[in-house]
Amino acid sequence: MTEVSGNECREKHELEKIRIDHSLAEELKDLCEEEFFGCYQCGTCAAGCPFIEEMDLTPDEVIRHVIMDKREVLSSKTIWLCASCYTCAERCPRDINITKLMEALRQIILRNSVDKTDMSCITDEELKKIPQIAFVSLFRKNIG
Amino acid sequence: MDLLYYPGCTVKTSAKCLETSGFAVIKALGHNLVEMEEWNCCGVVASLTDDDLMHHLAPLRNLIHAEDQGQEKIVTFCDMCGNTLKQTNLRVQESEENLDTLNNFMDQEEDYKKSVDVQHFLEFLRDDVGFAKLKKSVKKPLKGMKIMPYYGCTMLRPREVAIDDAEEPRILADLLKSLGAEVIDTPYKIECCGSYHTIEQKDLTAKRAYRISSSAQKAGADAIMLSCPMCKFNLDHRGKDAESLYDGYKQIPVYYYTQLIAMAMGLDIEECGFDSHTVDPIPLLKEKKVI
Ligand code: SF4
Ligand code: SF4
Repeated sequence: MTEVSGNECREKHELEKIRIDHSLAEELKDLCEEEFFGCYQCGTCAAGCPFIEEMDLTPDEVIRHVIMDKREVLSSKTIWLCASCYTCAERCPRDINITKLMEALRQIILRNSVDKTDMSCITDEELKKIPQIAFVSLFRKNIG
Repeated sequence: MDLLYYPGCTVKTSAKCLETSGFAVIKALGHNLVEMEEWNCCGVVASLTDDDLMHHLAPLRNLIHAEDQGQEKIVTFCDMCGNTLKQTNLRVQESEENLDTLNNFMDQEEDYKKSVDVQHFLEFLRDDVGFAKLKKSVKKPLKGMKIMPYYGCTMLRPREVAIDDAEEPRILADLLKSLGAEVIDTPYKIECCGSYHTIEQKDLTAKRAYRISSSAQKAGADAIMLSCPMCKFNLDHRGKDAESLYDGYKQIPVYYYTQLIAMAMGLDIEECGFDSHTVDPIPLLKEKKVI
């Protein structure tokens, strides 16, 4: 049921262009000062996430990837499915703001001029009905 | 009392009925909302990266203009605008350095002096009017209406800007009780509606709407009441889309709280803009003899 936005081939190409001089954790430091290394891997974040069924990596796996410096996390569907609902951040027993981490991972990609939005599916009728906050949010989340 | 009002883009376009019904209610309660001058889009969704100040400019400019107008408070209807404005306000309250950078960047504007409070209209009703007083204005109680209060995300999280408890909120339930409705509680009341995915991932959002609405229906609800225009579109419109995805599923009507207050106060139904809804909210009001 999940539809992936954007062109995956183009994305892969763009991702390869991102220079890798630092570990992912170091790269994330300016974007999101969170204590990922304190993660218990308890899965509370995954248990409450409303998009968990559509995700390829669970939120706790995303953290694990960052800790292990596995850059393939940047190609996961998960970071684009996260809609910043803050449920995980609210419930994490280690007070890790995973919502911020997801945004920081998206930003690593977006700041390399990758555009993740594809609006071709919108009909004229829906253009009139969809609230403006949806468009502004989508552009803010998916365009660099 | 005159209150300075920040509208935001959505209540001026696709969610006009939230504004018109809200204005009708506030007038009937003896207050006056004055739209602020030179407001701009809040640039909705708070910026979440530590190094990004640019996206706090738009919300901050609104706070500056409220301050320019000599006001200590702005009231909003939209949950997402309220959340965005509150988060920027919090960021500059907590970081003098960030505030200096933003003030210096906007050198055509007055400096922000951190004096403005952002209030959701629901907070105004609960804290300044009081639900007990609101109850006294009810002329047509919503008797027999079984309604699920739906909170969504942005009025509850993050907790620093929440208007109620993030896990067990009660503001909408308390409001419903004061209007005479029966409250139907389900754990889905605080789950995300799918938000902006509604644009590119319709089925995903329809599935969210189905999950939330069907849990309400299983618990006995015949309607949903909410506040946020994003949630309203997703539960009402994508909920209707869900009818073609799930056999036998039928979407129930979705009301803004301002519309239900207006109806319970016996105000003009024209102010509710019910014709803009996807699932017609009028038959249930007739069936329960509210109108
Ligand atoms: S809830 Fe917090 S501690 Fe538990 S797995 Fe998620 S990030 Fe780690
Ligand atoms: S903030 Fe993102 S990752 Fe966390 S629960 Fe919400 S959608 Fe899932």
